[in-house]
Amino acid sequence: MSALLEIRGLRKTYPAAGSGQRAERVVLHDITLSVAPHDVICLIGASGSGKSTLLRCVNLLEEIQDGVITFDGREISDPRIDPRAVRRDIGMVFQAYNLFPHLSVVDNCTLAPALVHKVAKQEARTRALELLERFGLADKAGAYPDALSGGQQQRVALVRALCTRPRLLLLDEITAALDPELVGEVLEIVRAEAAAGMTMILATHEMAFAREIATTVCFLDQGRILEQGPPEQIFGSPREERTREFLARVL
Amino acid sequence: MSVWAPSARQIERARITRQMRRRRALLSAVVTVTVLGAVLAVFLTSPGWPAFRAYFLSWSDFKGAFPSVSQGFWLNLRVFLVAEPCVLVLASLVAVCRQSRSPWLAPLRLLSVVYTDLFRGVPSILVVVLVGVGTPALQLNGLPTSLFWLGTIPLVLCYGAYVAEVLRAGILAVHPTQWSSAEALGLSRTQAMWRVIFPQAVRRVVPPLMNDLVSLQKDTALISVLGVWEALRAAQDWQGYHFNGTALFVASMYFLVVAVPLTRLTDWLMLRQIRREQGR
Repeated sequence: MSALLEIRGLRKTYPAAGSGQRAERVVLHDITLSVAPHDVICLIGASGSGKSTLLRCVNLLEEIQDGVITFDGREISDPRIDPRAVRRDIGMVFQAYNLFPHLSVVDNCTLAPALVHKVAKQEARTRALELLERFGLADKAGAYPDALSGGQQQRVALVRALCTRPRLLLLDEITAALDPELVGEVLEIVRAEAAAGMTMILATHEMAFAREIATTVCFLDQGRILEQGPPEQIFGSPREERTREFLARVL
Repeated sequence: MSVWAPSARQIERARITRQMRRRRALLSAVVTVTVLGAVLAVFLTSPGWPAFRAYFLSWSDFKGAFPSVSQGFWLNLRVFLVAEPCVLVLASLVAVCRQSRSPWLAPLRLLSVVYTDLFRGVPSILVVVLVGVGTPALQLNGLPTSLFWLGTIPLVLCYGAYVAEVLRAGILAVHPTQWSSAEALGLSRTQAMWRVIFPQAVRRVVPPLMNDLVSLQKDTALISVLGVWEALRAAQDWQGYHFNGTALFVASMYFLVVAVPLTRLTDWLMLRQIRREQGR
C-alpha cells in the first residue's frame, strides 16, 4: 500500500535565543517516517524531544530547514504549495484545546466546514450535531467553551477537527492537560476513530493507550526518532538503551 | 554526531523561497509606486493646484514662519511631556479603582465612574475653556495661575478619562484564571492587580493607548484658545498677517515629526516584547 504521508530527512531548527543570526538550535534531526492509510502512529518520548514540533511541521505550521514531506503523493514541503490546500485534508487537535471562546460549541464545529470547505450552513450544522451526539455532547451544542470541563472541551476540539472530514488526524498530547478521570472519555473518541480506519499521528504520554491502539510506535529522543516499530517490539523488547530507560521511568 | 550539510532539495527550496520573496517585494514596490503616483497625479493636475501651492507651499513664507512656529511647538512639546505621565498615572488609578472590590473604596469607585462619564462626554475644547477661564475666575488661593498649567490640567483630565477606559478594557480582557492563580499563590487582590493583571492588561492595549498618546500630542493645539502662544497660534498669527497658509503647513509638519517616530517606536517595543515572551 502506498503511503499517505511520507517524511524523509526532515530537519527543523530555531534561531538560538539571545545569540547571533547564525546560531541555531536543532529541534528535529533527520526524521524519516512513513504513514500508510489507516495507520495509527504514536510518538512517545520525553517533553522537549520534538513530538509536538514534528506534528506542527506536518501541518505546515512550522517552516522546515531540510527534508521532504509528501502527502498523498505530492510534496507539501515545496514553498510554492498553498498551505491551506494541505490543511483542508489534515485535522489537528492541541494539548490546550484551543477552542474559540467567542463561539458556541456548535459554531466552533461549523466554522471551518462553512468557511473553508464551503459546506452549506445547515449541512455543516447537521454533521456537527450528529458528531456531538455520538460523543455525548448533544446537550452542550449551544454552550460556550469556557463553561465546559476540560474533558468536554477536548472532546469538542476533537469533534471540531472531525467535522472537516480530514484524511489525517494529528493529535498533540491531547490528554496531557486532563485529570485521569477525564482522559478516558477523550481516548474513547480516539479509539472509535482508529477503529473506523482514521489515519492518525498522535504524540502521547499514555503508554498503555499507545500500546493498545498504535500500529507503529516511534520513540523520539533529542529530536531524533531513535527507534520505531510495532508496539509489541518497542514496549516488549526495545533495542536502544535510551528507550529502555525512558520506558522504565514512565511505565 | 555528523555535521549537517543542506541537501540538494533544501538548497533548491531555499532558492525558490528567495525567488518568491523577491517577486513579492517587486510586486509590492510596483503596487506602491502606482498607487502613490495616481494619488499625486490627482493632486498635481487638479485645477486649483497652482493656487493651492502658492497659498500653502510658499518657500519664502516657510522660511519666515519657521522660527515663530518652532518656538510655539516647543511649548506644545513641553505640555505634552508633562501631561503624558500625569495622564498615565491618573488613568491607571481610575481604571484600577473601578475594578476594586473593597467597601472602603466605594466612594472612590463612584467618583471614578462619574469622572470618566463626565470628561469623556464633554468636548475637550470646552473643558479647556472651562478650566482655563473658570479656575482663575474662582479667585481661590493656591490654584495655578500660569497659562501653562491652566492649559495642561484640562488636557490631563480629558485624556485621563479616555485612557482609563482603554486600560479598564485591558483589565477585563485578562482571563479570569490569571486572577485565580495569583490569588492561589496568596497574593492579595491589590497585589494581584498591580503585579499580575495590570501588566498584562497594559500589554494588550498598547495600540489603543498609543492612539490616545498621539491624539494628546495633537490636542495640545487646543490650548491656543486660551491665548497660549503655541504652534497653531503662532501659525495662525502668521497666516493672518501675511495672508498665507504655509505656516499651518509648518505646524502640521512639526506634529507629524513627533507622532510618526513615536508610533514606530511603540510598534517596535511591542514586537520585541512579543518575541521575547514567545521565545522566538
